[in-house]
Amino acid sequence: MNNEASPINDLKEIRSLMERSSRFMSLSGLSGVSAGVCGLAAAFFTHWYLSREGLRDDYVSNTLDKTMEYKVIVNLFFIGVVTLFLAVGSATYFTLRKTVRTGGRAWDTTSKRLMVNILMPLITGGIYCMALIYHGEYGLVAPSTLVFYGLALLNGSKYTLNDIRYLGVSQIVLGIISLFYIGYGLEFWALGFGVLHIVYGGAMWYKYDRKG
Amino acid sequence: MKPLLEGFNKAFENRTRLAIMSVLVVNNAVDFNTLKETLQVTDGNLASHITALEKAKYLEVRKGFIGRKTNTTYVATREGIKAFKDHLDSLEQFIKDID
Repeated sequence: MNNEASPINDLKEIRSLMERSSRFMSLSGLSGVSAGVCGLAAAFFTHWYLSREGLRDDYVSNTLDKTMEYKVIVNLFFIGVVTLFLAVGSATYFTLRKTVRTGGRAWDTTSKRLMVNILMPLITGGIYCMALIYHGEYGLVAPSTLVFYGLALLNGSKYTLNDIRYLGVSQIVLGIISLFYIGYGLEFWALGFGVLHIVYGGAMWYKYDRKG
Repeated sequence: MKPLLEGFNKAFENRTRLAIMSVLVVNNAVDFNTLKETLQVTDGNLASHITALEKAKYLEVRKGFIGRKTNTTYVATREGIKAFKDHLDSLEQFIKDID
């Protein structure tokens, strides 16, 4: 075959270059699975903690009158920070591993662009949720984290694998539903951050990484 | 057979040049090292093709600084993007003609 002037080969290469140079392609499906496992574990741990304190799951959501015990808020916040750290850490590990294996650079234009575009809505959401806590609107925190996380993924999906777009939309839909079922925040949270991550991460692993 | 390369742009006969333009049309500004890594070509090879595309006015060289280090980036010009799109159209046409 004449390699110099084969239009089909040219088009294939152009397409691959456009994609490789503008999107961060080495996002690992295992990152999603590990983040999901962390999310589920945190949800179960929170459930266990609340019942040990003799509180019901919907205690946090239904305590809208700012009477929630200070100690409980601090402990829940601590669980949240540890979960975030473990989830982001393990997700980064699997994606870095995949990047190194495929011979790419982890910190290049595409990954920077992906980070910036995910972080902007995410930080906005974080501040928004802190304001909700400040005003004592605890019930709205879990739904809001889901909605903002979904928006962040939707925004970032333009700069990485397209599957992230559907994960984002699913998180937004789940978040909106849970806005109308205040009191089931923990359950929706486990579904969104736990189950959806594992399902999408597993599907992405099956689709892209299985052979590698 | 029909005249094969009618409408095909001479500047894009070389695959590296076509590859450089593919990267530039979807990115705002790309630096030399990123181009080199994406395309997997040698310094000299890339530099000569960049010069050729610059002479054709398909790309623009922008010199800037990151701290004290010089940072040269390349941007596709409007002419370059148009030429690239026309070239894609003729590739498409060529494939249609085969069917």
